Amino acid sequence: MLSIKNLHVTINDKPILKGLTLDINPGEVHAIMGPNGAGKSTLSHVLSGKAGYTVTEGSVTYNGKDLLELAPEIRAREGVFLAFQYPVEIPGVSNIYLLKAALNAMRKHQGLPEVDAMDFLTIVKSKVKLLQMDEKFLYRAVNEGFSGGEKKRNEILQAAILEPKLCILDETDSGLDIDALRIVSEGVNSLRNAERSFLMITHYQRLLDYIKPDVVHVLADGKIVKSGGPELALELEERGYSWLEGQAA
Amino acid sequence: MSGEAYLTEYPAIAARLPGVDLPWLQGFRKQALQDFGVSGFPGNREEEWRYTNLSALNKTLFAPSASQNVDEDWLNQYSLDDAASVVLVNGQFSASLSRLQDLSAQVSVSSLKQALQDRPAWLESRLGQAVTSAEHNLVAFNNAWFADGVVIEVVAKQQLDRPVQILHVVTQADALAATRNLFVLNEEAEAEIIETYVGSVGSYFTASVNECLLGRNAGLTLYKVQLEAEKAQHFGGTYVKQARDSRFNHHNFALGSGLARSDIHTGLDTAAECSLNGLFVAGKRQHIDNHTRINHLKPHGISREFYKGVLDNKARGVFQGRVIVAEDAQQTDSEMNNRNLLLSADAEVDTKPQLEIYADDVKCSHGVTVGQLEEKSVFYLQSRGLDEEAARNILTFAFANEMVDKVENAELKALLLKELLERFPAISL
Repeated sequence: MLSIKNLHVTINDKPILKGLTLDINPGEVHAIMGPNGAGKSTLSHVLSGKAGYTVTEGSVTYNGKDLLELAPEIRAREGVFLAFQYPVEIPGVSNIYLLKAALNAMRKHQGLPEVDAMDFLTIVKSKVKLLQMDEKFLYRAVNEGFSGGEKKRNEILQAAILEPKLCILDETDSGLDIDALRIVSEGVNSLRNAERSFLMITHYQRLLDYIKPDVVHVLADGKIVKSGGPELALELEERGYSWLEGQAA
Repeated sequence: MSGEAYLTEYPAIAARLPGVDLPWLQGFRKQALQDFGVSGFPGNREEEWRYTNLSALNKTLFAPSASQNVDEDWLNQYSLDDAASVVLVNGQFSASLSRLQDLSAQVSVSSLKQALQDRPAWLESRLGQAVTSAEHNLVAFNNAWFADGVVIEVVAKQQLDRPVQILHVVTQADALAATRNLFVLNEEAEAEIIETYVGSVGSYFTASVNECLLGRNAGLTLYKVQLEAEKAQHFGGTYVKQARDSRFNHHNFALGSGLARSDIHTGLDTAAECSLNGLFVAGKRQHIDNHTRINHLKPHGISREFYKGVLDNKARGVFQGRVIVAEDAQQTDSEMNNRNLLLSADAEVDTKPQLEIYADDVKCSHGVTVGQLEEKSVFYLQSRGLDEEAARNILTFAFANEMVDKVENAELKALLLKELLERFPAISL
């Protein structure tokens, strides 16, 4: 589904990713952990197509397509979803409007007709319930005045409605208290299925107690330096990252 | 001199203007003509006209037109079904297009021409009460040249049972449409009036002045919807005199014309309130200038002002908001805000809030911003599957829509939404 080969990325000529290789199969959940400045967020931004990053070497293949060639909105329509570390506030645009516009953009891309208004409401309301959100959130401006936890929940709500094939969670757990973390995690777990893959970027092992990964990677200095099963996360929790820095994958 | 050709032409026009048999009006016009003759149209050297160049008025001699031709199907798209309507075609009242039936007897709505015939003495004591030629020379010009207009009076304690729409339409190339409107709300009267300016030809000159006299505890909601044709020159002034406890709500939507200038001035007696909302949207080489003046003359007045501007291409916008708090006007509460969005590197906005406070116990604030669309917001929408153009349109639409959202008249709101969506084709919210 996603194959990243020897990816090198610079920001203003400064190398950030230095030969990152990663393969994710359908239905797998991968966690990427690593110290600050290792390039975790850069990876999520490059995959979703944010401007300001230069790929100097390597490739990213997504379902057989060269992902890096696609505009950000095409990636989204092809099923790549980024849950932002810092979701953006958009005054004047209601949540429900964005959800509907996004869903219809996706359906149009897939050659499907626009979603019926009643059907749409039914879908949205069931997902809102799943994430234990108040329906009022739908009619508020996107993320405006939301608490940190509400913003993160709102990201997962979008994912639940857009049903992506690849879901990138960029530090979705940071800033959440334990209750919010549990709700967000339950939302994520409810999205797991045999086809949908996840790439979770996180600082904290705590998230992995709630969302069980298939594979854990350690990203340090722009490369994956170690990969393993869920037990690797526990080891990191105990030993920190320093013993891995400077190691090759 | 600027405006000379108009002065030369004036004697030929004067005979056709209404009220030739009224000495007081002749005196009024003569004074205005003299004032105008001193310096003609306002020039850039005048502080209040620094950003707006009127030279186009001298390049073409715009002249009154008696034509009443109008494509009714085209005009209908701007007509509000739920409102009574007064239609002015090329500056002249059109009885056949206006719909004034079924307004209650407590309200008088007529053309200015008609009012000059029916009750000249009433007009004599009101015309020029809210503004004089000394304000600036476009007022002087209007005083001398106005050919018709609308007079609305609401009897004390009564309210208009439905809004009145004034549809000001120009259909003749190079026409001068000089209109004078007078809105008189007696004590505790209420009214909603919607001015709509449209044109079906490229180049013409609209010069209109509204005077609003609000009695004690009266309330006027006045909308101005300026959708003039692309090359039109539009000058519209609204001058308000607010008695004690009166309320004036103004919404100024400036979307059309090549060059437009609005002056919205109000003077507040004790505990009067005003709110001035505005949205100006300009593209291509449009120039839209908004001047507001809120004059707190007595204590306990409240004013709220919020203007937003959206400028694209090589367009230029001007916002000047002046708030004057007289020495006597203690306990004044005033807020002013102007936010501008520039969509291109060549667009420009000149914004100038001015607070002149002579009282010592007041609450006054002002804020101004000029910015661009945030790239992180554009990317956020793209990451949800919307293409870049749609993302930019949605964000721009959302910025502008905040002002349309304040419109309570549903039919008018729908008209404004349609106009906004034509400019920023987002999917409707």
